[in-house]
Order: sequence, then C-alpha cells, then structure tokens
Amino acid sequence: MEVDDHVVIIGASHAAVQLMISLRQQGWLGAITTISDEPHMPYQRPPLSKSYLDGSVEADRLVLRAAETYDKLKVDFKLGCKVTSIDARNKQLNLDTGEKIGFTKLALCTGARVRQLDLPGSELEGVHYLRTMDDVKAIRQSAKKASRAVIIGGGYIGLETAASLTKLGIKVTVLETETRLLKRVASEQVSGFYKRLHEEEGVEIRLGSKVVALQGNSQVRSVVCDDDSHSGADMVIIGVGVIPNTELASEAGLVVENGIVVDQFAQTSHPDIVAAGDCTFHPNALLKKSLRLESVPNASEQAKAAAASLCGIKKAYSELPWFWSDQFDVKLQIAGISQGYTKAVVRGDASAGRSFSVFYIKDQYVIAADCINRPKDFMVAKKLILQQSKIDVAALVDESSEIKKLLINGEQ
Amino acid sequence: MPAITYIEFDGTEYHVDVAVGNSVMEGALNNMIDGIVAECGGCCVCCTCHCMIDPEWSEVVGEANDEENELLEMLDVREPTSRLSCQVQVTDEMDGMVVRLPESQY
Repeated sequence: MEVDDHVVIIGASHAAVQLMISLRQQGWLGAITTISDEPHMPYQRPPLSKSYLDGSVEADRLVLRAAETYDKLKVDFKLGCKVTSIDARNKQLNLDTGEKIGFTKLALCTGARVRQLDLPGSELEGVHYLRTMDDVKAIRQSAKKASRAVIIGGGYIGLETAASLTKLGIKVTVLETETRLLKRVASEQVSGFYKRLHEEEGVEIRLGSKVVALQGNSQVRSVVCDDDSHSGADMVIIGVGVIPNTELASEAGLVVENGIVVDQFAQTSHPDIVAAGDCTFHPNALLKKSLRLESVPNASEQAKAAAASLCGIKKAYSELPWFWSDQFDVKLQIAGISQGYTKAVVRGDASAGRSFSVFYIKDQYVIAADCINRPKDFMVAKKLILQQSKIDVAALVDESSEIKKLLINGEQ
Repeated sequence: MPAITYIEFDGTEYHVDVAVGNSVMEGALNNMIDGIVAECGGCCVCCTCHCMIDPEWSEVVGEANDEENELLEMLDVREPTSRLSCQVQVTDEMDGMVVRLPESQY
C-alpha cells in the first residue's frame, strides 16, 4: 500500500465510519474520502425512531464520533452529493456535481432506502417515511400540531414510531396488512405480546388492514382501507421495509442478488471493491447460509473485515446476528435468526406482565431467542446458540432453575 | 475537560480529554481506543463496552442500575468495580480517573 493510494467510501453511516477507523488502525497510509448524499456528519440511526423521535435526545447527541476524531483519521468528507456511476474499469466515480473522483480501492456502504408505497394521496402534507435524520426532523415538526397519527406497517420501525408518538401525547393507530404484528420476523407469542403492550398503552392496532388511499386537502386527514374504513389522521408514517441500494454496484457490473454479493472478507466480485452493511448479501458460516441484514452490529463488524481486505489482510466476518428494539418501557433483545425454527418455547409468562423470553428451537438446538426485558436471558441465549449443543427444553422453560446452568461450564 | 486514562488489557495507556456529559464509552470511541467495542452505540443492550473503574474512583462513579447489573452478571470476568462504560456519564469530578479495559468484550 502506498501513500498516494486512495480509498473512497460511498456512504457515511455506521459501516462507513467503522471502515475508516479500521483502515487507519490496520495501517492504511493513503487518502480516505467518504461521499454521502446526506448533508450531515455520520450519526446513529437506531435512536431515530426511539429517543430522537420522542425528543428525549437531541441531534447533537446522535453523532457517531466527535468531529476531532475525523480530523485525527484524516478523512475527507464530501457531503450532500451523490455518486451517479462507478467506472470500475478506469477506477473513477462520477458525481452529480459533475466532479470525477479517482480511486485505488472502493468501499460500498450504500445502505438501504425505504420501500415506498404507491398510494393516491402520498404527496399530501404530513405523510412521512422514516430512515434519515431529516425524515425524523420533519416527523417531529408534524407531531407538534398533530393529535392523531396513523402508522402504516406493524414491523419494528412502525411499532417504535407508534410508541414514540404515543409518548408525545398523540393518539396512534397502527394498520397492518398481515394477521399479526411482526409476522415476518417473530413468533406468535411475541406478536401477541406486542399487540397487548401497544393496546395497554392506548395504541389502536388494526390487523388485516390494507391501505388503499390517503385523503385530505393539501394536508392529510384520513387513511382509507380496502374495507372502506376511514381512520382520521393529522400525520401518517409509512414503515413497510427497506430496499438495499445496489444500483451503483449492478450498473458497474458487480454481482448483485438480494444485496451486493460479497464473500466472508466483504470482497465484492471486483478485486478492488469491498462492501459492508445493510447493502450486502453475505455468507455467514455460523448460520450456514447467505443473507442480508439490517443491523448496526452487522454493519460495524463487516466493515472491519472490509477494511482488512483493503489492507491486504484476510479477516473473515462471521458473527451471530443480533438486534434490539425499544418500545415504551420494554426492551427487546433478539439473538440469532429464528427463520426455520420447528418449535418456540417460552420462559416466563407471555400472556401477562412485560418480562419473558421465547427460545426458537430447531432439531433440539437453540437457533434464536427474543428476550423481552430479560438481558440475562439474552446473554445466555447468545452463548447457547454458539455452543451448539442439544438443549434440555424442560430446564430451559423452568423459571425455578437458573438459566446460566444450561451453559457448558455454566456452573463456573 | 476532564482527563481520563484508559488502560488496555495489554498495558497500552491512553490519556484523553472527555467532554462533561459524554459517556466513558464515547470518550473511548472518539479516541479510537480498541478495547471498547460498543456494538449498540450506548443503549445498555449489548454488554460490549465493559470497563473496570479504578477502585479509587468507584465512589465518584457510583453503582450500576438493575438493568446494567443483569448484563454485568453474565460476564465471564466481572470485577467489583465493573461497569458498562456507556452508562457512566463523565463529570468534572472524574478529572484524573483511571479505567481498565478487559481482554475481550465477548
């Protein structure tokens, strides 16, 4: 690696920041430039739908690193401009400003964008999506003059938003097309719990509700479903998932599936281009399959592997995925990926109170867990999944037995 | 700004200034101190920002709350002054404090 080598990072979020730090830690001497279409210095995304939306945290507390840190890293930021194409052959990027930037190595940390619904009335004032800080600034503005909100989509973003707006004193209705909340990602027990939690907190949950139109006269006033019901709303937030930003990669000839395809070293199909974060479709040796994850820990850990690759070091990425969600006074911690489980068992009481865990079992092995206000269960679950030994289900669900004992060496 | 000394497991010392109101975790991240991972960014959910407060300073820092305690309880190596650094907000009284970092955060 030479001093006049140049790494360009497209994106400036969690993966990008870890990547630039790891590059310097692993001895990258050349220039580093990061390009983002957002106007802000890197900020934390998870609080956007939680503490930043409900106003308990302000923007200055969201910065991922202090400004001086980037000075020390000697990273050049190009904010508020967009890469329009990658010329992989000539190793050059074209920007929407007309500028061209050459690179020795390129890192794609392009993330994901919200999936948009093609609904009549989407252009009305008070209709929002939630992905960026500016999105949430606009939502907070709308919330100041709103008394009723409708959330379209009963996934994690929708439910976190419902909780945050409820805290602000707004009457919230959640509309979900499926027969239960969180259907794609959680068991019936967890779905049922979140329905109960939100209803106890005053949120109206309407399942099997497909939205067909938004109505209002410049300002949104109601949401119409296919059963012709109307829900009154001064603001609407649509949270129906994200799409990975893969277009630049595919147009440059890189292999793309459900995300930019990378190997365990975060290497794309081009030898001088790596990718990390929500935009990647990557193999995971622990899970024995390839997948795309929307997760900060994944972005950070994969970025370390990507930085190593750029420095010519092989550092395989293979971490157990984990996630968390805050809603009202409930902290959910998720270990592993539950997809493909054959049995879900509950430790604690899912039908009352706000503390229990669901363990997902496949062929006698724990593959995932959803832990509701149970940090200890979560810590044990991560270890149980990784130790890959057959589980004693009777002991797992027995609250009178210390959960730690299920771990090999658990008596220590 | 209060000066805090972080000592990595291998003995490497970092003397850094951390703004009042920032957490001990943020002080480490802003100075690229490797021994703090902080996967969750400071939400008290992941237990990867563990540090041991120098006993002389443990009174100034105070004790962990229940939530933090449950996570700390699951560490392989917990010391009497172990804390999650994301939950320790830096104050003027912490000027000169020393914290040690564990061998691993996992």
